[in-house]
Amino acid sequence: MDTLPRWADVILIPVINLVLALLVSGLVVLYIGENPIEAIKILLNGAIGSTRGWGYTLYFATNFIFTGLAVSIAFHARLFNIGGEGQAAIGGLGVALVSLSINWPHWAVALPFAIIGGAVFGAAWAAIPAYLQARRGSHIVITTIMFNFIASALLVYLLVNVMKVPGSMAPETAAFPKGTNLPNAYQVLGWFGIPFNKFAPLNIAFLLALVCCVGVWALIWRTRLGYQLRAYGHSESAAVYAGISPFRITMIAMLISGGLAGLMGINAVMGEAERLVIDSVQGAGFVGIAVALMGRSHPLGVFLAAVLFGILTQGGIELEFEIPAVSREMILVIQALVILFTGALENMVRAPVERLFQRRKKRSS
Amino acid sequence: MDYQVILQILDSTLRLATPLLLACLAGLFSERAGIFDIGLEGKMLIAAFFSAAIAATTGSVWIGLFAGISASVALAMLHGLASITFRGDQLISGVAINFLAAGLTVLISEDWFQQGGRTPQLAGAARFNPIDLPFADTFSVVPILGPIYKEVISGHTILVYAALLAVPLTWYVLFRTRFGLRLRAVGENPGAVDTAGISVTRLRYTAVVICGILCGLAGAYLATGFAAGFVKEMSAGRGFIALAALIFAKWRPWQALGATLLFGLLDALGTRYQNIEVIGFNVPVQFMQALPYILTVVILAGFVGKAIPPRAGGAPYVKER
Repeated sequence: MDTLPRWADVILIPVINLVLALLVSGLVVLYIGENPIEAIKILLNGAIGSTRGWGYTLYFATNFIFTGLAVSIAFHARLFNIGGEGQAAIGGLGVALVSLSINWPHWAVALPFAIIGGAVFGAAWAAIPAYLQARRGSHIVITTIMFNFIASALLVYLLVNVMKVPGSMAPETAAFPKGTNLPNAYQVLGWFGIPFNKFAPLNIAFLLALVCCVGVWALIWRTRLGYQLRAYGHSESAAVYAGISPFRITMIAMLISGGLAGLMGINAVMGEAERLVIDSVQGAGFVGIAVALMGRSHPLGVFLAAVLFGILTQGGIELEFEIPAVSREMILVIQALVILFTGALENMVRAPVERLFQRRKKRSS
Repeated sequence: MDYQVILQILDSTLRLATPLLLACLAGLFSERAGIFDIGLEGKMLIAAFFSAAIAATTGSVWIGLFAGISASVALAMLHGLASITFRGDQLISGVAINFLAAGLTVLISEDWFQQGGRTPQLAGAARFNPIDLPFADTFSVVPILGPIYKEVISGHTILVYAALLAVPLTWYVLFRTRFGLRLRAVGENPGAVDTAGISVTRLRYTAVVICGILCGLAGAYLATGFAAGFVKEMSAGRGFIALAALIFAKWRPWQALGATLLFGLLDALGTRYQNIEVIGFNVPVQFMQALPYILTVVILAGFVGKAIPPRAGGAPYVKER
């Protein structure tokens, strides 16, 4: 099956897919009557042209790393976890409960507990669909979709009826105590004397996301569990023959996946909003699908794809500001096209590229 | 609760169930043919936009309906291209279609109308207007049944009646025609259908296009019958509720009617009452909203009758080489 050299598989094909997606998006911009080149310039300038831009871009990227890793790890066990949105929302709830529980003295004390809170809540939300898949054969895609809606209803209920500040109209919790406020990039880089935009939301959760990238890489390619996960993903029957329990692998993969999605709350809830608001996830759970597909489920690829989507998100907001005719929903279209070309229409690109390489191989031999 | 209130709730149940029913039957055709479709939501949304936009610009709801159905079928063909021709992942393709519709509808509506992702309000011939069934007023004096006929059954737009008619029609097509038999066979065992000399590809494309047409009707109803114009994200998860109803109904048309009416009733109750008292318990509206999803998970879990999807669903068909 090795018809493609490795570099073509991991770099060439994703790049072709991305170029196709951007080309089609460019056509949409043309149709609206704007100049696509100009649009890309504004987008890039808004996203990476200033420390403020970088601060937002990497903040969004942090969210996407968490959700992208979550989708990736499930993909390795051939499980399609489409419930990142709900798991991240419930993870945010866990982070909020920890942050509001006591008057934390210092963020460094609060952070480990908040990490546990976010991961446990996210994992718990993934546990039920995982169990139903593993024991009752319920299709995990459908159950995780359903759990996204249930999570959203649950959060609205909690924020409107239970966790709201008494007397306030806004459906959100009280602001977290000062001792949970994570240092942002301005402060952290300030320790080293590097100037950075003061108001950008990039915070220390970005480093946590990087640690998670390394952790997931080590888990998948350097541990026995990771091997079992991949083996199960390649062939369930072979894995069972090798003594790997499908139940165990399904549960573990989904728990880790949900836990990673839940950690997004550290960035969005604890790091940025510093309170729990309705819809703290804002679609990042779904962006994670595009990020995982684009990044070929490899942590490095996920990181790069997450930064790319961070650029698109932040740049898209700036673009709407500069050219109101191109609304920020443009990013949804690009996201859809990336998912379409890298996921669903993959064979459309792959087959011709494979043929090209085979022809070259024949000629050289 | 007096009788008039019950009638009003049943009336809005029927209104709210209609888009669910159409989308559910759409999914039924597609999934019975072995093509999973989680892109019902996106197809509804794009049909809602184009039907309202074209109805607003031409002033004719029928041209709008045609435009909505065309847009929905275009997305359905894209799904077919990805999942039948290129043998891609049907679930991923569905996800992509949902985002594509969510993005394109707002982008294009901003470009055409500059009203924050809305179309202009529709009125008169640009909308489907309620039809009074014959003798609705004459019969209304008949106790109990008269008001039901007048308030609940009469006075809907033509698409509501079309949706109700689509149920027996779907049943007939699927279970009483040769085409239906083949369609169901291709969802269970495409290899056997292929061996019999019938094109799997063609059957599946046909199913996907029927799915697109029905989703188009559902979306057009939302924007030109139920509401008077398109609003951004107006499908609001209905495509997923329809998917839930499809599982709830175990991929059968009459049960689909039952499931969508039940989910429509939940929606109607949730819209009317913010809190409902049930035997001393205060049931919050959010629970009512989540109930269709919870019920579906329970059904999927197989604790209350097992829902078994068509066997070849989700798998692209590869002819033997």
